[in-house]
Amino acid sequence: MPDTPAAGSLIIRGGRLVDATGERTADVLIADGRVVEVGEQLSGPHGGADRELDAGGCIVAPGLVDLHVHLREPGDEEAETIETGARAAALGGFTAVVAMPNTTPPLDDAAVVESVFARGATSSCDVVSSGCITKGRDGHELAPMGELYGLGVRFFTDDGACVAESGVMRRALEYARSLPGAVLAQHAEDPSLAAGGHMHEGAWSSRLGIPGRPGAAESTIIARDIALAELTGAPVHFLHVSTAVAVDLVRDAKARGIVVTAEVAPHHFTLTDACCASFDPAFKVHPPLRTDADIEAIKRGLADGTIDAIATDHAPHTPEAKDRTFEEAPTGMLGLETALALTLTELVEPGILSLVDALALLSWRPAAIAGLTERGHGGPVAPGAAANLCVIDPALAWEVDADKLASRSRNTPFAGRKLTGRVRHTLLRGEPVVIDAEATR
Amino acid sequence: MRHLLSIDDLDRSGLEQILDLSERFIEVTHRDIPKVPALRGKTVVSLFYEESTRTRLSFETAAKRLSADTMTFTVGSSSVKKGESLRDTVQTIEAMGIDAMVVRHGSAGAPNRITEWIDAAIINAGDGCHEHPTQALLDVLTLRRRRPSGLDGCRIAIVGDVRHSRVARSDVLAFTALGAEVTLVAPPTLLPESLEGWPVTVSYDLDDVLPNVDVLYLLRIQLERQGEALFPSLREYTSRYGLTAARAARLPADALVMHPGPMNRGVEISAEVADGPASLIAEQVANGVAVRMAVLYTLLGSGGPVA
Repeated sequence: MPDTPAAGSLIIRGGRLVDATGERTADVLIADGRVVEVGEQLSGPHGGADRELDAGGCIVAPGLVDLHVHLREPGDEEAETIETGARAAALGGFTAVVAMPNTTPPLDDAAVVESVFARGATSSCDVVSSGCITKGRDGHELAPMGELYGLGVRFFTDDGACVAESGVMRRALEYARSLPGAVLAQHAEDPSLAAGGHMHEGAWSSRLGIPGRPGAAESTIIARDIALAELTGAPVHFLHVSTAVAVDLVRDAKARGIVVTAEVAPHHFTLTDACCASFDPAFKVHPPLRTDADIEAIKRGLADGTIDAIATDHAPHTPEAKDRTFEEAPTGMLGLETALALTLTELVEPGILSLVDALALLSWRPAAIAGLTERGHGGPVAPGAAANLCVIDPALAWEVDADKLASRSRNTPFAGRKLTGRVRHTLLRGEPVVIDAEATR
Repeated sequence: MRHLLSIDDLDRSGLEQILDLSERFIEVTHRDIPKVPALRGKTVVSLFYEESTRTRLSFETAAKRLSADTMTFTVGSSSVKKGESLRDTVQTIEAMGIDAMVVRHGSAGAPNRITEWIDAAIINAGDGCHEHPTQALLDVLTLRRRRPSGLDGCRIAIVGDVRHSRVARSDVLAFTALGAEVTLVAPPTLLPESLEGWPVTVSYDLDDVLPNVDVLYLLRIQLERQGEALFPSLREYTSRYGLTAARAARLPADALVMHPGPMNRGVEISAEVADGPASLIAEQVANGVAVRMAVLYTLLGSGGPVA
């Protein structure tokens, strides 16, 4: 412990520390952006720090990591920007997010990817650029994956679009084997099955007369890509898995030793296609909200480790864009500011997940998938580690108010929902970017 | 009832009230001057985002016979062509002072959305593949007039593209609410993907169903869907599911034939059958005006006498 406190040092006092190594009661002393000391009741007036953050009754954890956000910059800054999206992320407890490539222009070009990294470096959370698998996300020619890898891209995806052609996906996976640590992430919806559909195909779509997207659009691609992962030896990550069949396929693939990972979005374990009966486009998303049976299967997959990450698929749209009929409105919903509370309320509180397993799904497991562990995300919280942390009040009850969200957009499907658990503080490289649930920048 | 968006908005007694009221308006339409002052001073606007002849004219005639003022908005000649949103369009129209809006739109639930944006009474005149409630009302009215015993136990087969049919969705609800037994007849590609919760039976074989129906309700084959691999060809469709004269001969002697129009003569129905004695098709159109008068009167009337 230093004799004189370092300028700008701070201590997080009185919290329960939870990371991949376990749980214990500990204070965390931070200086120069790094964890200096971890221990019970560190001595001195501020434990030897300039400043103290109260974590009494709270959980102190590695900052959360979101593999799947749409920040709309460049191209649709009216809906979100890297700055506003990163602020929403920080308020949600995230210290790193992976920005999806369906911007205008898309993230298939070094100059655009560099600009996202540059903007992300000065934001309230680390914004990491993904890179396209194919040029223009059109599923035909490979994007300059090696060049983008050189800029730091580790997560390649055409998200929003599926790499539908089997031959193209196979070549992309083969090529990616020359890029250590890179992963290809698939938006698994066969366009020839899903095209023209606006919600889950089933009892509700049939009743409402809204064209559907069958669950098989997802499971056929996942089954195929598992075969391609086996063929090529390259890892595949499945974005926003939404069906029971897909969960079973991933579980089976892992049991056979094939390197695949999978994420689920909070709306896919909390909402069903019945929500679409309101015709409210807030509930329109791809892949679509499914059935109760799918939710149960996703919960089992989360509980038994089949699912590796909870990722938001945060997809802002302006009120004008969503103020249309269900069929005409764009797809996607906000997620960054509600993901943690939905996980705590819907998964931890009912006993489906332990707290440490929930945080694993929200932090260190996704960090490992996207190569963010090496960049100081996902913990563990130990001396020398980058001080990317969040402090969570697990008992705080609150109600989602769309007008109070930090995102530029308002398209949450959870407005009015009562949740338990909220971020109190978020620290990015030692700097408190959120204090007492307020953003500081 | 504030709006008519779905047949689900009406229970059996609500349906019967509208049918009884329709009978009184049929009487009005047979007068020398087929007009009553019931909705004098009210304004009814038709907002049609899809082509329509019979439904739009039928609503406008109904409104005029109730002495309402009418306005018509068709997309072809409007600011929608300049990119105006649905919300802005309906709010602009409402600002002119209207009491009811009759809406046809290509997207399911468009009328439901409009109820969130303006205060006028909204009548669904067909939304995507969702519902067409006034068509179902005129269908049950037409049947009830031919069957004094009502629809209880009436065996109705709905034949054709149920999957994409808003008429079928509303008809299933209305027919079964009044006690009819409904069978859907189509190849699986033209049936809804799921029939969970539908009080119907299903057959893929029209010839099997023919001898055991009281009413055969034929749906229009939407010719623009031919590119979607839903069936091999119109010729094959007609050979398996078309009501040819030969098939019509195998119907029970007193069976009735209905169609919501517009017909593809020679595809789902032969001209001979459409114009034959079993056909209720012309009566359906005639009854449409009275039913729409009843709906407008129910939503906008002061509760005073009809005439």
